[in-house]
Amino acid sequence: MSPRVRLTVNGHPVDVPAGASVAAAVAHVTLRFRRSVNDAPRAPLCGMGVCFECRVQVDGITHVRACMTPASEGMQVITDA
Amino acid sequence: MRDHYDVLVIGAGPAGISAAQTAAAHGVSVGLLDAQPRPGGQVWRHDVQHPLPRSARTAMDHLRGVDFLAQHSVVATESAGLRLETPQGARLLSYGALVLATGARELLLPFPGWTLPGVTGAGGLQALAKQGWPVAGKRVVIGGSGPLLLAAADTLRKHGARVFGIYEQASASTVRSFAWQLRHWPARAWQAAGLRLRLAGIPYRLGSFVRKAHGDGSLQRVDIDTPHGVQTVECDLLAVGYGLVPNTELASLLGCALDHTDTHPRVRVDALFRTSVANVYAAGESCGIGGLSVARIEGAIAGHMAAGHIDDAGALLMQRDSERRFGALLAKHFALDPRLHRLADDLTLVCRCEDVRMGELTGFTDARAAKLITRCGMGACQGRICGTALAELGRFPRGGARPPIFPARLATLAGLANLPSDDAQRGS
Repeated sequence: MSPRVRLTVNGHPVDVPAGASVAAAVAHVTLRFRRSVNDAPRAPLCGMGVCFECRVQVDGITHVRACMTPASEGMQVITDA
Repeated sequence: MRDHYDVLVIGAGPAGISAAQTAAAHGVSVGLLDAQPRPGGQVWRHDVQHPLPRSARTAMDHLRGVDFLAQHSVVATESAGLRLETPQGARLLSYGALVLATGARELLLPFPGWTLPGVTGAGGLQALAKQGWPVAGKRVVIGGSGPLLLAAADTLRKHGARVFGIYEQASASTVRSFAWQLRHWPARAWQAAGLRLRLAGIPYRLGSFVRKAHGDGSLQRVDIDTPHGVQTVECDLLAVGYGLVPNTELASLLGCALDHTDTHPRVRVDALFRTSVANVYAAGESCGIGGLSVARIEGAIAGHMAAGHIDDAGALLMQRDSERRFGALLAKHFALDPRLHRLADDLTLVCRCEDVRMGELTGFTDARAAKLITRCGMGACQGRICGTALAELGRFPRGGARPPIFPARLATLAGLANLPSDDAQRGS
């Protein structure tokens, strides 16, 4: 069994393989990552740090690209949708 | 921590890895930076479930004598070097020579419903799945154009997705002609045959494209235009991408001339991968889409050049030319059907950052005017998605890059020595 990390997404505990992205952890809980300027739910599009649709709050820091950020033990992720 | 490298390589995909490794072998100090946490770029992206191909592992194991600088994003250029943002804060790095190996991104075109959660790029979903995005048991439709669709299908299948079909916009006759041309590249023909075998059982429909995505809050079904009429498919995920576009923002910011021959600019280089700016080289997809083999060879040539070994560089050129011809073959056979230009209607969002609809852009003939009036391209992605799509759709070319080329924290910007004064006045 490969090592895993445990974090929370909107308060829900999530378990993902080590090396997984925050985006992957969020997707286990919700596909609503952020709200657009007109309040529509959005989720990752490009998967490679270009589109900024996957922005979430990580440990109090806003506008973090979930697809570019490795999930780590004890991380607290909050979505805005 | 050092603040200067003899050779600094931007982008740790195959081209950048090859450049860094080659330069380091000449005994110079080499920094290799990437915005991602691991080297590999897109094609060699780390997969949490499956090991990388042996060639990728070998290349990365050989990165001795190279400082890999993870999660470093270039946000601006200064006379003293590059201003970088890292999770630990801002950094300024100077260099003797610079190698741009900034790669490519996916061409994503707007269509009704493309903003629904569950709709991603094709390479996009592949990248997400490799990083642990849950696709097992999910019903997936893949659409768009080019060989990347097959590679994405292969990754998704390995991760347990139920791939319902691959919808390639190129017609059956052009794809057949492409397959026939593959005989000139036996290794690729072999690779393609293996891929088709692994994907046996997954329908590969030609002359077909996704017209519309439907769902209430997230994706539920898609309409697909096929040569036999419109087909509706219920699915959880839609992965659709129309090929690749060179990343030229940093080159542009450095003042490197771009080649605007095609719809999407690429970095202009001479026969030895020198850009128009002294001591700045470029290699791989940023100089035009050519694929993995081209990237590795060009990276090596640029690495020799950046380390001051022009003779070693020249020896690799013939090998490169054969591989570049393959890129040209791809571009020719997977040219986009003009019907794709009309997928977005007036109500379709084009700029996803600022929620600007296609209809709002009527009458605008340049990106800057459209941006000032409608905010199209003014958001966090800085027009990378909408500007590229609008250029592809023939509306207007993308506006030029301005610092910071990625959104940056105020603390990073506070250290900037030379934010142009006109930008300060205009805002962005």
